Amino acid sequence: MSEILEVRNLVKEYPGITAVAGISFSVEEGSCFGMLGPNGAGKTTTVEIMEGIRSASSGEMLYRGKPIGANFRNEAGMQFQSTALQDHLTVRESLQLFHGLYQHGADLDELIESCSLKQLLDRDNRKLSGGQRQRLLLAIALVNDPTILFLDEPTTGLDPQARRNFWDLIEKIKKRRTTILLTTHYMDEAYILCDTIAIMDHGEIIARGSPESLLKEHFSDVIIELPREAFTVSPASLPWTIHEKIDSVEISVASVSEAVTKLLELGVGIDRIRIRPRNLEDLFLELTGTELRA
Amino acid sequence: MSARILSILHARNIEFLRDRSALGWNILLPVLLVVGMGVIFSGDGRAMFKVAVLQESEVVDVTAHPFLQTRYIDFYAVSDLDDALAKLSRHQMDMLISPADQPPQFWVNESAPKGYILEKLIASTGTSDFSRGTVTGTAIRYVDWLLPGILGMNMMFSCLFGVGYVVVRYRKNGFLKRLKATPLTPFEFLTAQVLSRLVLIIGLTAMVFAGTSYLIGFKTSGSYVALIVVATLGATCMISTGLLVAVRTASEELAGGLLNMISWPMMLLSGVWFSLEGTPQYVQKIAGLFPLTPLLSAARHIMLDGAGLSEVMPQVIQLALMTVALLAIGAWLFRWQED
Repeated sequence: MSEILEVRNLVKEYPGITAVAGISFSVEEGSCFGMLGPNGAGKTTTVEIMEGIRSASSGEMLYRGKPIGANFRNEAGMQFQSTALQDHLTVRESLQLFHGLYQHGADLDELIESCSLKQLLDRDNRKLSGGQRQRLLLAIALVNDPTILFLDEPTTGLDPQARRNFWDLIEKIKKRRTTILLTTHYMDEAYILCDTIAIMDHGEIIARGSPESLLKEHFSDVIIELPREAFTVSPASLPWTIHEKIDSVEISVASVSEAVTKLLELGVGIDRIRIRPRNLEDLFLELTGTELRA
Repeated sequence: MSARILSILHARNIEFLRDRSALGWNILLPVLLVVGMGVIFSGDGRAMFKVAVLQESEVVDVTAHPFLQTRYIDFYAVSDLDDALAKLSRHQMDMLISPADQPPQFWVNESAPKGYILEKLIASTGTSDFSRGTVTGTAIRYVDWLLPGILGMNMMFSCLFGVGYVVVRYRKNGFLKRLKATPLTPFEFLTAQVLSRLVLIIGLTAMVFAGTSYLIGFKTSGSYVALIVVATLGATCMISTGLLVAVRTASEELAGGLLNMISWPMMLLSGVWFSLEGTPQYVQKIAGLFPLTPLLSAARHIMLDGAGLSEVMPQVIQLALMTVALLAIGAWLFRWQED
């Protein structure tokens, strides 16, 4: 696959704050590239600079090998973290408004169908639920049939069902080979949707690669979870890393069978243990040494 | 309940006080208005008569004739005899005098009671050297004179607040940011705003004009085409003024302050309620900078005097130039969002 977007040494400084500290990365055409990180990590600023919404203090951005120019807006679709639409317009009118701003657009009927908006077309856009509104905003981001789609925290604030519905929509878009650049602070979302991720913190990219490769690169262990009351031994007596939480204890082990045998020897009840592989949230904690600042 | 009210009250007070720009305007605007109006309308007494003095200089030379030293008469300079006689015939002044002529001349409207009294006053100065001229004509009803002013004022508020406020709200809630992500240019956006408001305001004003004219029995003397041209240009100019206020502002309170600062002086000085004749020259010059002034001047000329487009061409040109300048500056300064 060829690179559709390349960012070189991007810096954004505000008085007293460096929001983006000289990051470089590239996005392959047709892939879903995820930018992860807590609030304030610099991912939205990075994306908004790429979108042309904000100016960079320094750095270079290339689209298909050339500096991003005015025509980029014709080829890119954008869904911001929060977007107000014009008051008193229906869903249909909102779509028509944005459709009319582009020379070439997607087929609106097809778009309405794919974003499940058919039943909502005559509803005032202020009277949509969170999930419905995000579907409308996604449809608006797609009205120009973009080759690259920017989605900035599109599922923040949605209930689990709405989030999963939204993920289904993104999967559909991925199948059309549209390049997606997704920012999120939901690690599960990134794991499911993204081919490549970059984890950002304090304006820097601290890890980059496919979710699987990053997990393989950083972890060779699995997590055994025990309820707090079942963990009756001293952590010091065990040869593993123990992470004590309020309701549970997480034990990081290389071999599950050896660990279970050892716990049984020590008289620890294993009726309610859960075994899970490492996930991106573990990776984030490992890399930053901090809790997620969501 | 009182604790909750106090919490909201406290938070709102902090929000207001920390919005320095809005706070500044809230304090500054009334002070500016009081001081400004005080300076403009201050005087040593209320004039009972308005007498125009025909001369080239803008300042009336009170030594030119003893009559010019009479108290409680507002003497002001005019330079165009025909224009002054036309106003005299419509009772827009009480007397016209030309002290520099040999012999000095005065003109009165024979159907105006104040003109009769002023003639007696001239006679009482002990000079009988004036040559007497007369004009005839009935007074324009105040309501007829006021109609263009009210319509113009309504257009002004709609143009300034209907556009300026809306753009600021769009910027504040992020709608402009979303538009920035599209190929839409600032010029296209501003043009659409101007045209949208223009169509609405011209349509609404035409309806109000037609209804009001019917109710008060008013009939336009001049060209309707000229009136539409003047109204369209005037509205475009005032919409452009509203846009200029909104090109960068993201605070509705600041925008409100700025729009008030523009609209109040216009309402008071552009001739909505009363003619500015007789006010100091500098006031008239300041008023001439407001778009409402040439709009009302041209509209009254057409509606009351029967003027055609060529006769209001100076106002048309002024409005057109102001519109182009305001739109150009607005498009240049426009920002979709705060960085």
